[in-house]
Amino acid sequence: MQMPDPDSRILSRRDAIVERLRGCLPADAVISDPAETRAYECDALTAYRCAPLAAVLPRTTEEVAAVLKVCHDEGVPVVPRGSGTSLAGGALPTADCVILGVARMTEVLETDYADRLIRVQTGRTNLSVTGAVEEDGFFYAPDPSSQLACAIAGNIAMNSGGAHCLKYGVTTNNLLGVTMVTMEGEIVELGGGHLDAPGLDLLGVICGSEGQLGVVTEATLRILPKPEGARPVLIGYGSNEVAGACVSDIIKAGVLPVAIEFMDRPCIRACEAFAKAGYPDCEALLIVEVEGSDAEIDHQLGLIKQIARAHDPVELREAGDADEAQRIWLGRKSAFGAMGQINDYICLDGTIPVSELPRVLTRIAELAAGYDLEVANVFHAGDGNMHPLILFNANVEGELAKAEALGADILRLCVEAGGCLTGEHGVGIEKRDLMADQYDPADLEAQMAVKDVFDPGWLLNPAKVFPLDVSEARRSAQLAAE
Amino acid sequence: MRPETEDELAEIVAGARGPLAVRGGGTRGMVQGPGDVLETGGLTGISLYEPGALTLVVRAGTPLTEVETALAAEGQRLAFEPMDHRGLVGSGGSPTIGGVVAANVSGPRRIQAGACRDALLGVRFVDGAGQVVRNGGRVMKNVTGYDLVKLLAGSRGALGVLTEVSLKVLPVPETQATLVLRGLDAGEAVAAMSTGLGSPFEVTGAAHLPAADETCLRIEGFADSVAYRLGRLAELFPGHDAQHETDPEAVAARWAGVRDVAPFHGRDGDVWRVSVRPSAAPDLAQRLGAEALMFDWGGGLIWALTPPGHDLRAAMTGTAGHATLVRAAPETHAALGTLHPEPAAVARLTDGLRRRFDPNGLFSGTTAAPAAA
Repeated sequence: MQMPDPDSRILSRRDAIVERLRGCLPADAVISDPAETRAYECDALTAYRCAPLAAVLPRTTEEVAAVLKVCHDEGVPVVPRGSGTSLAGGALPTADCVILGVARMTEVLETDYADRLIRVQTGRTNLSVTGAVEEDGFFYAPDPSSQLACAIAGNIAMNSGGAHCLKYGVTTNNLLGVTMVTMEGEIVELGGGHLDAPGLDLLGVICGSEGQLGVVTEATLRILPKPEGARPVLIGYGSNEVAGACVSDIIKAGVLPVAIEFMDRPCIRACEAFAKAGYPDCEALLIVEVEGSDAEIDHQLGLIKQIARAHDPVELREAGDADEAQRIWLGRKSAFGAMGQINDYICLDGTIPVSELPRVLTRIAELAAGYDLEVANVFHAGDGNMHPLILFNANVEGELAKAEALGADILRLCVEAGGCLTGEHGVGIEKRDLMADQYDPADLEAQMAVKDVFDPGWLLNPAKVFPLDVSEARRSAQLAAE
Repeated sequence: MRPETEDELAEIVAGARGPLAVRGGGTRGMVQGPGDVLETGGLTGISLYEPGALTLVVRAGTPLTEVETALAAEGQRLAFEPMDHRGLVGSGGSPTIGGVVAANVSGPRRIQAGACRDALLGVRFVDGAGQVVRNGGRVMKNVTGYDLVKLLAGSRGALGVLTEVSLKVLPVPETQATLVLRGLDAGEAVAAMSTGLGSPFEVTGAAHLPAADETCLRIEGFADSVAYRLGRLAELFPGHDAQHETDPEAVAARWAGVRDVAPFHGRDGDVWRVSVRPSAAPDLAQRLGAEALMFDWGGGLIWALTPPGHDLRAAMTGTAGHATLVRAAPETHAALGTLHPEPAAVARLTDGLRRRFDPNGLFSGTTAAPAAA
């Protein structure tokens, strides 16, 4: 993955730029010592690293505005950063950029149960938003796997999802408003406690814009009352096709589970070895979870088990109590950790129409065989959001490149099947160069036109999302203008 | 002009020398600017419907009834419950799915299932330069590039002409019921609705109809579950003689009335739609100078019937939210603005987007851009 060469004119003004940043922030909020800026050299896409020019850690929206004014004035690119958990390289710096981290902005600003919302600073972690309201019986629905660490800022940037979005939607469906600072340092309020936009839905386009349109410092989030209870059922099948057909039948039957998770044999085996969750050794495993009172759960699981039995499962196990429910989830939730134990891996994130599941899984196996690599699949089956894990050994020369090439082939397969490159992780740098496989030039031009309006100088996270050759004219226009 | 393909439509836009008045079914009482009328009604047909994937792809000019019939045949529906404006604005014709999307039309279930914009998975549209643009797709989770899908939903044609939309659909529940409370003023009603919506019993509609003295909470799902939750919900209001409405047809009729603002049908005056925080609604409603009121979305949506020409927005100073003029004389629309004024910083961004997507101002007759505050 290429990144643009740093601008030598910015690098040569480094000290002056840092001095100006120190002028508008408390002393402890500007990090410029190369030993310390290294902490910001990458996010969770660790294969790519580059220390930034400096990192700043403001505590207020006003401080963020002051930083952006300075950077705008100096023509310095800014890469916003939440907790740095992006798997797509969304927070990867360039040597000539300032990392604007919101990690110190963690306050809860308002909680209102009558209106069912919470307003937070966006450095707050996803799980601690729920933590702030759960004693009163509420929760924040989007639940990305990294929810213990990931920040709301990053969730908004990538429009993060999670295992339970089949019922509750993703970030954009749970985001009511933001306070955002433009690259020029102007503070903009969008939405709030009320629903829908008076004119164009700018909030809708901010969410998922990967930190390229503005820096979101505060967010109003919808909170929901916790369900009375939840219970999963584990269903094993002898083939991916049959498991896929079962998923489709469950959805068609009018039961709306909160989650339908799918694991294939390589994934089941790795998880079992790691977490000892007691999974059967079969081709495909589904975890289906429903919510409600005990009687409602019994009824829904009754329907689901009936559908599952019609497809002749090799295993059908309902959680009898909280302990068993936890065991059923244990393997799934430790899937990435289990893979990490035995291998390096790349986690893909393509989405496909649910009906294409069996064909795509077969084709992924063929592609992997062609590269002599192994792929384990674990994903949100209800909405077709796949997470193929490509296993490789980073210590072997050329293996990373080979794994990336297989990844690109799999993502092209997702697009060809009627799906998309990324369902919840974002494009970042990881899928940037594949954008032209999904979108025509006019489609990309329309998206870039939005950035032109919000950030005419293309200074915010500029080398992401759009293929470098596609965005080059815009990025170099900025350089020429200096 | 009534193109029958996307290419034809793109050609018409590319060759337009003056403003275009884009029209779907023409049922929503939107003010049309000057210019040649461009109808989307020739772009019809369901391109793809996969009940097992809960997805529908349909051309923009397709009548809503055709969409609803196809979904009903598979026991599915548009969960956002789009309003039918005809009774309220006194229009005829047949609504199109493109019009629903362009105006982000959502009904009582918006508070639980989301708005039209939340169900919208993908769009194809022709921008003001005559260029066909595609965004999103037909899968439920998609964060590939910017979400122009949301930007187009509710854009009222300001950025382009929709030619095809993909939507997430949901199963029709087995049955439904309403808990009806009586004798509540607006403040008590909003508090009661908040109690219901803050419960785990999955309320899918919460409306207060002052004229009928009814505060309504809707429950949907499997029969046993609906009965259970209706009972548990009623327990949250001790001392109330709550009516349990369980005849599915009566429940459906009641909520169609809420959705379409039936209490205002046949009454003279302007109609406003005000979106606010539910807790702000009771006080604000008193200040609006309205002759009649109706509350949906647990209080978050106020429908107000006012004397003609009355500027209801004057009462909203200091209250976050927005008011849209839904029914009024063209002069009133012109004088007061259909949409709520935006703060200057937001208006600049809105204006910038309009200029980029519609450089020649072909769609400037639409009422998408509120004036700056």
